Amino acid sequence: MGELKLMKGNEALAEAAIRAGADGYFGYPITPQSEVIEYLMAEKPYERTGMVVLQAESEVASINMLYGGGGTGKKVMTSSSSPGISLMQEGISYLAGAEIPCVVANVVRGGPGLGDIQPAQSDYFQSVKGGGHGDYRLPTLAPSSVQEMSDFVPIAFDLAFKYRTPVLIVSDGLIGQMMEKVELFDQMPRLTDEEVFEKYPWATNGKPKGGERRIITSLDLDPHKLEKHNHKLQAKYKEITDNEVRYELIDADDAEYLFVAYGSSARIAQKSLKLAREKGIKVGLLRIITLWPFASEIINEFTEKGIKGFLSVEMSAGQMVEDIKLAVNGRTKVEHFGRLGGVIHSPEEVVEALEQKIIGG
Amino acid sequence: MAELSVKDIIKPENLVYEKTKLMTDKTLSYCPGCGHGTAHRLTMEVIEELGKENDTIGVAPVGCSVLAYEFMNVDMQEAAHGRAPALATAIKRLWPGKVVFTYQGDGDLAAIGTAETIHACNRGENIVMIFVNNGIYGMTGGQMAPTTMIGMKTSTSPYGRDAALNGHPLKITELIAQLPGTTYVTRQAVHTPAAARKAKRALKKAFEQQINGVPGTTFIEIVSNCNSGWKMTPNDANNWMEENMFPFYPLGDIKVDGKLIESK
Repeated sequence: MGELKLMKGNEALAEAAIRAGADGYFGYPITPQSEVIEYLMAEKPYERTGMVVLQAESEVASINMLYGGGGTGKKVMTSSSSPGISLMQEGISYLAGAEIPCVVANVVRGGPGLGDIQPAQSDYFQSVKGGGHGDYRLPTLAPSSVQEMSDFVPIAFDLAFKYRTPVLIVSDGLIGQMMEKVELFDQMPRLTDEEVFEKYPWATNGKPKGGERRIITSLDLDPHKLEKHNHKLQAKYKEITDNEVRYELIDADDAEYLFVAYGSSARIAQKSLKLAREKGIKVGLLRIITLWPFASEIINEFTEKGIKGFLSVEMSAGQMVEDIKLAVNGRTKVEHFGRLGGVIHSPEEVVEALEQKIIGG
Repeated sequence: MAELSVKDIIKPENLVYEKTKLMTDKTLSYCPGCGHGTAHRLTMEVIEELGKENDTIGVAPVGCSVLAYEFMNVDMQEAAHGRAPALATAIKRLWPGKVVFTYQGDGDLAAIGTAETIHACNRGENIVMIFVNNGIYGMTGGQMAPTTMIGMKTSTSPYGRDAALNGHPLKITELIAQLPGTTYVTRQAVHTPAAARKAKRALKKAFEQQINGVPGTTFIEIVSNCNSGWKMTPNDANNWMEENMFPFYPLGDIKVDGKLIESK
């Protein structure tokens, strides 16, 4: 059993970055995720593992530091909250285009604009529909506990390097700020410079002796070459869609209805599920873990089996519900329920929505 | 006397100049008369002479030199507009033993990327920053740059740059020389053989400081021309540059060994 600690979600994310063998963290303070860089600065990972930590002048700079560092084959990470993630979108598009591995964590807060500093899930579209320009996708992991804030960091790095892509971890102010027991995984070694040089021949860390120079770029002025590059990216996204869908089913075997939720809403929906079951409503929970690639296939299977309806529970005006509707394609009832602007729905409100919108609707 | 053949002349002992192998054979995308080609060559000659071909990572900008990575035969990254110093910051911090440089134009370094420029210099990132200032946006078709001279006509200042309307030309090099993070700040040109030799000495000094672990950012501005953007012949552009730009952007060292040079 690993080391047990009582930690905030943000602290668990930071500690996991060190333990996952990250080489660099570059970030900028923003509520409700500032504990990530505060923890790292206090923890001095440059003494523990040699990991670099730097407070950048802006989120624009920190995402471009990921481009530079990730482009040399090093394991790099940043974190921010919604407005800061908006600022990073240009950089994320470049990282996707140049196929640079990195991890970006978004501790989502209420929007749009400056919004507030309360938990929200209104960045789903930005995360999975391409917040920046161009045809790209980002594998997106959605932790729903402090434990997963830690556990998903090494998974995110593995995905990032396996597919040479930026990977998002999308939580929210609730998961980031709350304290829970977390079992920390053991320290993983950082790769040496020589190992990075050998392992990632695409990386720009000094031209190999007698070899060709390496170039990291997202530019190709020849449209036919750029189309070919885009096809290569799309083939990669297809492979990710085929292999990396993650979800969890809770009380779904006999379910007539399903809540579909991720992150904080999935925690709330588990309580709603108990309340509904006490009332005799056979409802289960499909907890979405990868916002992209999306669990369309399991939704299709439940639809085929004759499920009576899906209620998407999100702290947003209804974003993920669109992907559920695409998977269901009109064959059964799909509705959304969620509070907006940083208001957290109660388990009772969710049950009420199920009764009114799906069962009685 | 037997007739002299070219073959008799091409001998190692007669060699007076050779293109550095750190420039690729790809045809430069720059207009005839442009200073970028010379600035590229000098940079690459210095890296070759310092024996750092396999230990150098360069960062290219957005602008006319966006394709610098096609011509410079070392590992290169192509940055988003203005962000080269952020990339270089991370590269150098993660690979402190490598030689890291940025190569940027005036719009990239002194407009959209001002924050990254100032903060990389203020942190004293151990990188060489090469700044080619030709007072115009060349690649996008000759728009006003932060360094465009007062009265200078561009496609977005068609009646000449007016300080009341467009603000003043930005002497960013003098500005960053004030920062304690910079150690060597100089302004050079490459439009004559003599100027190019001086610029090469400046580049060499900057790269040597990084290699020798002298703390601080080194910053080399190269005042250059844009004959197509300025709508002049190459010769006229060079003359105009000497007469109009050099008085405002005077050549020479601004800061050496961390100390500001008294203004002339």
